[in-house]
Amino acid sequence: MEGLEQIKARIKAAVPGAKIDIVPNPSPANQPSLVIDNEHARDVARFLCDDPALRLDYCSNVTGIDWLDRSVKKTVKVKKVVDGEEKEVVETTEEKLPGYLEAVYHLYSMAHKHGPVIIRMRTADRAENACLPSLTPVWRSAEFQEREIFDLYGVRFDGHPDLRRILMWDEFEDHPMRKDYREPNDYEYEPTPHDDVLEKAKGHYTSRPAEEELKPS
Amino acid sequence: MTATVQTLEAMERPPVSMGSRLEGELLEVSMGPQHPSTHGVFRMNVALEGEIVRKLKPVFGYLHRNHEKIGENASYLGSMPYTDRLDYFCSMTNNWAYALSVEKLAGIEVPERAEYLRVILAELTRLQNHVSLLGFLLNDMGAWGTPLMYAFRDREKILDLFESLSGSRMMCDYMRFGGCRVDASPEWLARAKKIADIFPRFVDELEQLIVGNEVVIARTQNVGKLSSELAVSAGITGPMLRACGVNYDVRKVDGYGFYPRFKFRIPLGEHGDTYDRLMMRILEMHESVVILKQAFEQIPPGPIINPKVKIRAFRPPIGEAYGRIEGPKGELGFYLISDGGPNPYRYRVRPPSFINLTVLEDLCLGHTVADVMVILGSVDIVMGEVDR
Repeated sequence: MEGLEQIKARIKAAVPGAKIDIVPNPSPANQPSLVIDNEHARDVARFLCDDPALRLDYCSNVTGIDWLDRSVKKTVKVKKVVDGEEKEVVETTEEKLPGYLEAVYHLYSMAHKHGPVIIRMRTADRAENACLPSLTPVWRSAEFQEREIFDLYGVRFDGHPDLRRILMWDEFEDHPMRKDYREPNDYEYEPTPHDDVLEKAKGHYTSRPAEEELKPS
Repeated sequence: MTATVQTLEAMERPPVSMGSRLEGELLEVSMGPQHPSTHGVFRMNVALEGEIVRKLKPVFGYLHRNHEKIGENASYLGSMPYTDRLDYFCSMTNNWAYALSVEKLAGIEVPERAEYLRVILAELTRLQNHVSLLGFLLNDMGAWGTPLMYAFRDREKILDLFESLSGSRMMCDYMRFGGCRVDASPEWLARAKKIADIFPRFVDELEQLIVGNEVVIARTQNVGKLSSELAVSAGITGPMLRACGVNYDVRKVDGYGFYPRFKFRIPLGEHGDTYDRLMMRILEMHESVVILKQAFEQIPPGPIINPKVKIRAFRPPIGEAYGRIEGPKGELGFYLISDGGPNPYRYRVRPPSFINLTVLEDLCLGHTVADVMVILGSVDIVMGEVDR
């Protein structure tokens, strides 16, 4: 199979305007991946699936990753004019990188029996804009796995045919696979119609008579 | 290529006439979670027109315990016994998939004898998984008890082997990063060889009972047909994929372990229906015995674990790895991200039986309720892995 650089170049030729970056993988597994931008994601996925040389028709694994906000300290040597003399001063700057959620797709080819090509998509942030385009129209196998990411990480997939919670129950509120998830005190609490009935029934109760009234006079 | 959803017209089933009262009226039935044929706590919300399934939505999560989160909070080795609980029929292959992924992540070599032991145990696992599946499937078709007991009699022989080697019948916890936990004695290997030698006789007996049986043919042929295009697009793996005629087996494609050293064939189906899926298991068992016979002949003496692997303070380098093996149910993968710490930053299981359920609705549409149980049985799911 061709290298990632070549694939990247061919995607750029086939899908104009697509932004592709290669993420190196320093581990001995040597599985680098491609970051694709959300706007062109479905076109890129369609290209990877249909291209006769690649033919990545089998999407094996889809998964989410939560990257929290982090700060990176950088030390830079800066030339500054101090007391009329030019000196080299070491400055530390702290850069804050916002966190994001990531969806990773492991693609293989059943036709040509090669792979994996790993693609990833990143959300803008971890709150309101946690949206990604769904790749279920390209690979049906992403259907349940994207639902799982929606359920456990809270990434909304635009264009998914049936985006509901899959492993947790529908009334559950948080996303348990996020790194900052805290278990609530009563995590099995869910409102039931019975609560409303009890609330209504309270109006019918007469208040309990005070103890003095019960005493025989 | 787009996924083609099977339509009623493609099913080639005679139209079922229903009473005028029920014409067009859908009845919603919740099958499961407490149902003997759902193989655990699995539920399907089914919309029925008379007895014909018009809609089917699987409901998951009754056995969900967030396995992946627990894996992220445990050390690498600490997750090993927990992988047994994923698919509790095939703990050996679960162990292998996890060990393989960690070995990829940390770049660990495995000694030759350990690789052979892994192949032997994985193929024994395949035998006992497939044979118990056949028992369950016949149970679902109404052959109550007897075939299942026959299947379990022979499965128990293999579980006894596991017990004498690892100390546990089903929760083996046998593999380690860079090898295996305990060595197999020559007596154990002789016993295992004997069981593998007589196993085909039992498979033949079971095959004879199944293949020509009128009831089995009536209930399985042309039931739950799956097209190869849909199967590839939906990520179906394992015997279910090969029943559609797609030649894809991770043992051949990736050649992990020492599988390239063995001569074996990949059985392929033609129609992709329930009968083919059933036969696929029988044929695979014969091939597993072929692999086992070669492995017992070739297994060399030597160390069973790489001594360089740290047991305490095991920290793989920063990076990520995805490792996969051909489990009895399909492609079982583990995706791990290391941030250099003692426990993985991300621990993901690619569960074959969960993803194989993607097409359950497509398989069942247009069939009767009774067929749903047979189709579900032929998919071969274990809820411990589906819900994680």
